[in-house]
Amino acid sequence: MNWYGMKAIYYFEMARTWRTLMQSIASPVLSTSLYFVVFGSAIGSRMGDIDGISYGAFIIPGLVMLSLLSQSISNASFGIFFPKFSGTIYEVLSAPVSPFEIVVGYVGAAATKSIVLGLITLATARIFVDYSIVHPLWMLAFLVLTSVTFSLFGFMIGIWADDFQKLQIIPLMIITPLTFLGGAFYSISMLPEPWQSLTLFNPVVYLISGFRWSFYGVADVGIGVSLAMTGLFLALCMAGTYWIFKTGYRIKS
Amino acid sequence: MEPIISIKNLFKTYDSGFKALNDINLQIYPGEIFALLGPNGAGKTTLISIICGIVNPTKGTVCADGHNVIKEYRAARSKIGLVPQELTTDAFESVWATVSFSRGLFGKAPDNDYLEKLLKQLSLWDKRNSKMRELSGGMKRRVMIAKALSHEPQILFLDEPTAGVDVELRRDMWEMVRELRQRGVTILLTTHYIEEAEEMADRIGVINSGEIILVEEKTALMQKLGKKHLQVQLQHPITELPGSLHDFDLQQSKDGYSLTYSFDVKQEDNGIAALLERLASANLQVKDLHSSESSLEEIFVNLVKREPVTE
Repeated sequence: MNWYGMKAIYYFEMARTWRTLMQSIASPVLSTSLYFVVFGSAIGSRMGDIDGISYGAFIIPGLVMLSLLSQSISNASFGIFFPKFSGTIYEVLSAPVSPFEIVVGYVGAAATKSIVLGLITLATARIFVDYSIVHPLWMLAFLVLTSVTFSLFGFMIGIWADDFQKLQIIPLMIITPLTFLGGAFYSISMLPEPWQSLTLFNPVVYLISGFRWSFYGVADVGIGVSLAMTGLFLALCMAGTYWIFKTGYRIKS
Repeated sequence: MEPIISIKNLFKTYDSGFKALNDINLQIYPGEIFALLGPNGAGKTTLISIICGIVNPTKGTVCADGHNVIKEYRAARSKIGLVPQELTTDAFESVWATVSFSRGLFGKAPDNDYLEKLLKQLSLWDKRNSKMRELSGGMKRRVMIAKALSHEPQILFLDEPTAGVDVELRRDMWEMVRELRQRGVTILLTTHYIEEAEEMADRIGVINSGEIILVEEKTALMQKLGKKHLQVQLQHPITELPGSLHDFDLQQSKDGYSLTYSFDVKQEDNGIAALLERLASANLQVKDLHSSESSLEEIFVNLVKREPVTE
């Protein structure tokens, strides 16, 4: 195992975060906080409880998940896309590091940033909305699992993308709508049929539901199902990443 | 002596169908400076990229210090440092950070003393905190070399190291390459600057259209394939070459004051004596004689034009 190599990639990526603190941390925390202010404090105070939880508190897990998903994807995709774009990828490819070590370095750094961001967002939410965490360890587990899974997904997008537009397409055109329609702002039980059944095909529903369960002990779908779906998506992302390195897809000619 | 780089029956065909390398066989020995010459698109960079693990070979085997570059990639790659042709650097990183990153990436524990010495050798110490984007092209090239040397490799690949580099830096780099060789580093240099190969290389390989058409000791190559030129300065100008001299490979200058005779150094009878006799019989008085050898550039151009080579 090339520990130094793995560490080098990890620290190099983390250094980029500290260098661009405003863009990496402050900006997403601020934009998520605006949701807390508008939907939590302002509009939320005039809305009824959902499943016995105040609206402001109800939307916190969904909003944290929204931030977590988009940041995991964007951090990891940019992390690997930029060396490809600038040509510095040659160094990683010519170094004695295995595909596993490369992935741990890039995805580990992207996931770390997302987790830090998620925790800061949660701490910021506390300023505007009162909430509790019934299962803190599960909350952390979901935070880590989701960050790693979507960082892996972002890593694959970064490999696939050959221009900046492609880098943005999936987070903006797919992930954000799925999150908004995945129960971030409402319980799916509030939807009429057939939308309630159709929404179960949205994988983000399971992430938000499981995450919300760790806060309040209530969920749209069973916790076991949420965990299984997250695990399945993680397995799919791992298989995809393995295939990329096996075939050299868009990395090696 | 066991080769430090051994390439056997190496082929590379890109997905587009372009055959970049065609049955390459090459051995590079420890401590030598090997220059791989070839025109643009000859396959030089593809060959280096395969050895370093950046490009997958279609067929064939490559070993670095006895380690297969695919099956034992960790051991093989840890021996190699690569200075790529393009100045690809992370613009926002400092010199120190990017060189430290390279050392770590190649599995070496941090060693600030070594990196300090390296940066000082390359006149980069004063720039260690500068961001890469603030550096000139020449300085960036030095940083690329520092990155390649950061993990103390035994083999250094320099892919067109002086492309777009000013004369001063070119001389500095040649000096540095010689110093590295003295320390036992094996150097493979690709270039299309013949002057560079002539200045530094111990052995020269010529690659064209993905095939190695010649590998030879530099001095032997120049002796074997080189031509000599004898310049004959005449006392009085001539307007036309006398018929008795038509048998000789002679070029007449525009002003008619000199004749240049080209001859092959490999031939036992170079024809000089006969030429001088004929000049005397044609009543052409010789004022001065001057001989010179053909440059590596001439040899290279001839080789690439007339491949395949037969000696």
